[in-house]
This record gives sequence, structure tokens and C-alpha cells, in this order.
Amino acid sequence: MTRRLRGVNSRRPLATFVRCLCGVRPLPPDALPSAGPAVFFANHSSHLDFAVLWSALPEAWRGRTRPVAGRDYWEKTALHRWLARDVFHALLIERRRVTVANNPITAMAASLTAGDSLFVFPEGTRGDGLSVGEFKPGIHHLARALPKTQFVPVFLANLNRIMPKGRALPVPLIASVALGAPIQLGTDESKEAFLRRARDSLLALHPP
Amino acid sequence: MNVLHDQQLLWLLGGILVTLVISSLVTRVLEARAGAAGPSPTIQNLAARVRAWWVMVGVFALALVTGGLGSVVLFALMSFMALREFITLTPSRPSDHVALFVAFFLVLPFQYVLTGIRWYELFTIFVPVYAFVATSIFTAVGGEATHYLERTAKIQWGLMVCVYFLSHVPALLMLEIPGFHAQNAKLLLFLVLVGQSSDVLQYVWGKLFGRHKVAPVLSPSKTWEGLIGGVLSASALGSALWWATPFNWWQAALLAFAITILGFFGGLVMSAIKRDRGVKDYGALIEGHGGMMDRIDSLCFSAPVFFHLVRYYFT
Repeated sequence: MTRRLRGVNSRRPLATFVRCLCGVRPLPPDALPSAGPAVFFANHSSHLDFAVLWSALPEAWRGRTRPVAGRDYWEKTALHRWLARDVFHALLIERRRVTVANNPITAMAASLTAGDSLFVFPEGTRGDGLSVGEFKPGIHHLARALPKTQFVPVFLANLNRIMPKGRALPVPLIASVALGAPIQLGTDESKEAFLRRARDSLLALHPP
Repeated sequence: MNVLHDQQLLWLLGGILVTLVISSLVTRVLEARAGAAGPSPTIQNLAARVRAWWVMVGVFALALVTGGLGSVVLFALMSFMALREFITLTPSRPSDHVALFVAFFLVLPFQYVLTGIRWYELFTIFVPVYAFVATSIFTAVGGEATHYLERTAKIQWGLMVCVYFLSHVPALLMLEIPGFHAQNAKLLLFLVLVGQSSDVLQYVWGKLFGRHKVAPVLSPSKTWEGLIGGVLSASALGSALWWATPFNWWQAALLAFAITILGFFGGLVMSAIKRDRGVKDYGALIEGHGGMMDRIDSLCFSAPVFFHLVRYYFT
């Protein structure tokens, strides 16, 4: 599994193409936590969001970071399935009928324990890019399941202008990827406090 | 058009090469003399600029010797990068998406196709007439009234400056000047050489003698001393290059003067936009120089006027 992940996911030409299309520079290795795995969480306004972070990551991280995405959306057509499974090796989770057997938190925790980093959009769905919505409690559940996990805020700017929700054609403007310092769940930190702290750490990266 | 057989063009390129070698040597000496504390930020910036000049001259020379197609492709790419910097800097709304897509993927390539196939009549009206109408319509069809005029104007302004104006540089290749057949690459080199050395000379004169600011609000680094020294010395350089152009020495001097003055105001206009948006550079594409737009702002404004002056008086 891991070898396949590397083979597919660290493809350099695709990463270079995405970086050129969106005008993004590779992230310097010292912008990332010294050791993985980590959970990257970002604002969500475009289908390009994951592809852009993925293309900007150093190669060692690129091969081992999986986007967490909604199964209902990403299994709709053959193209969606191909993109999600074969190109980006997404971890598809249930958003509607969650049972013990398909609990998304269990699947995410298993992926982290296996050494893969995850990429999540705590807003749950794509926004208009003008404001960041409230966070869904998923990352808190994950933090409780694996309390040592580092959560890295990622602010993605301008992607809503490059490919907004509902548009298939991109406009090649210059995007930016900003990484913040990782946060961890504090002992006795309430769900609301953790979610607020996570969202604030993301908003702090908003370019002026 | 086999430009490598053009002796004068080789002399011009050779001259640029020698200038770059000297600049690199001077920078090395300055860096070596800086001592243990390391070179000052000014010298580091100078070194970065000289390094970037090597790359830019290399790319430009390559485009020039491949004849018409290379230059058209190079300037199309420069327009693309300048336009994306320009539009990124000015706010747009989701309903502008189609108009922006049309600007980047239809208007821009088509303007350069027209340049390449030398269809002068359509080249000269395509952006002001058809692209203007199209962007107005597509923005309106987006269905949003908020800031309609500003949003449309920004796209149209970006297309005019970054695409239409800049396409006049490779368009110099389509001018048919009696007695100057198949030598137009030198005209292109004359424009770029005078314009870019004017920028450098204004910077140098300003650093050495600059006291009085020309436009303290718009561009604090521009001084009267830099402006006058740079414009006069770049005009003198242009005049001294008359032998490689269809002009005599005073015509070359006047045209060089027009290029440098318009270049200065081009820089001033683009600075005003940057100040308004609260940034110093349009991007970080070229080390030490900022973005593409920061490097070519002067060229955007001098190219169309130079093109039409030459077309009116010499064809």
C-alpha cells in the first residue's frame, strides 16, 4: 500500500503543473513539523485546495499525505472516483449514515497510526472563499482519539478566485499557501475551546 | 529571417554580454571587499539583480535569434505572467470568472496569434474594440451589480497594459521599413535595451546623487537626479546605437528620449496601483526585481508609442 502511495502520489510533473497553474512555490522543509504524521487543516473554497497543498509539500511529505473527503461526493462518477482514489489516494469517509462500522474517526486514526498524514477541511464543505465557516467537531474527536496528534493550520488564499465552487474552468491567478505552528489538544480542553483555537490559528494566517 | 548573419545584431548582443561580464566582476569585487560582516543589503540586491539579468538576457537573446516565433512566444508568456500578477492584486468577485477566463485563454493568445501572423489591422483594434466589448458583456452576464464598473475596468485595464501594450514589442517585427528589410530584430533590441538601461541608469544615478523626490507619495525611490541623469544617459546610449537602426543619430536620440520618458511614467503609473493596493512589488518571480510586472512596467508604456512613432515616420 505504501509503495503504491509513493509511486502515484509523489508524481513530480503533476505537482509542477499544479504549482505553475496556481503560481505556488514549494514550501521550505522547515515550515513543516520536524516529524510526521500530522493533520493539516485548511479553509475550503475550491476543488484545487488539496491539489495545491499537495503540490507545495516537500517530496517526502507529498507521498504520505492523504486528503479526507466525503464518500457521497467523490464516488459520484468514474472521473470523481479516479481522481479521489488513484490520483490523490483520498481517505473517503461517510458523511451521512455514520455507523460504528464506517466511523470516519476510526478510519482517520488508523491512517495516522499507519504513518500517513491527513488533510482535512473542518468546515465540512466548500465556502465562497470570502469568509471561513465554523468548524465541525471531527478534528476534536480525532484529537481525543489520538491526543499526541499535531494539527497544522494551512491558509489557502485566492483559490476561490482560481476555481470557485460550481466552476470547471480555472483562471490562472496566483495562490498562496501559508502554514502555521502546529497545535495539540490541551489536557481538559473543551471541544468548543479546541475548535475555536484551531479556527483562530487558521484565521491568524490570513494575508492582510 | 536568419538574424545570425546580421553583423550589427551580433555587435549589439556582444556589447550586452561585455556589460554583463563587467557588472558581474564589479559585483564580485564589492562582495569580496565586504569583509567578515558580509555584503550590505544594497550589494546583495545588486548581485541578485545582476544574476537575474544574465537569465533575462539569455532568454531574450534566445528568442531573438530564433526569429519571429521565439519573440512572439516569449512576450506572450511575459503578458501571461504580468496579467496574472495584475489580476491577482486587484480584487475580483466570483461572477467575474467567465470574463477572466476569456481574458487569459482567448484574448491573450489571440492577440499574439495576430502579432505572429502580422495581421496589423485586427492586431491594432482587437483588444480596444472586441475584447473591451466581450469583457463588458461577460462581466454583466455574471449577474452581479456590486462594483460593476470597477470590476470590468480592472480586467480591461489589465488587458490593455499587460497584453495589448506589451504585444507591441514583438509587433515591431511586422513593420516594413524601406532599406531595413529582415532586420527588425534590432529595432526590438533597441527598444528593450534603451528602456531597460534607462531603468538601471535611473536607479544608479538616484543611488549616487538622489536628493529631491519626484513623487514622494507614489514612488519614494524616484528622484529628480535619478530621472534626469537616467533619461539623458539612456538617450545618449540610444543615440550612440543609431548605426544599428533605420534612424540617424538625432532621430535615434529623440526616439530613445521618448522611450525613457514614457518608461519613467509607466513605472510611476504601475507604482500608483501598487501603493493603492498596499504592496511594494507585483510578485516575487525574479530575484531582486520583484515580479514580471515590476520589470516590464516601463516597457508596457513605451512600446506602443515607439511602435507608432516608427510606423508613422519610417514606413
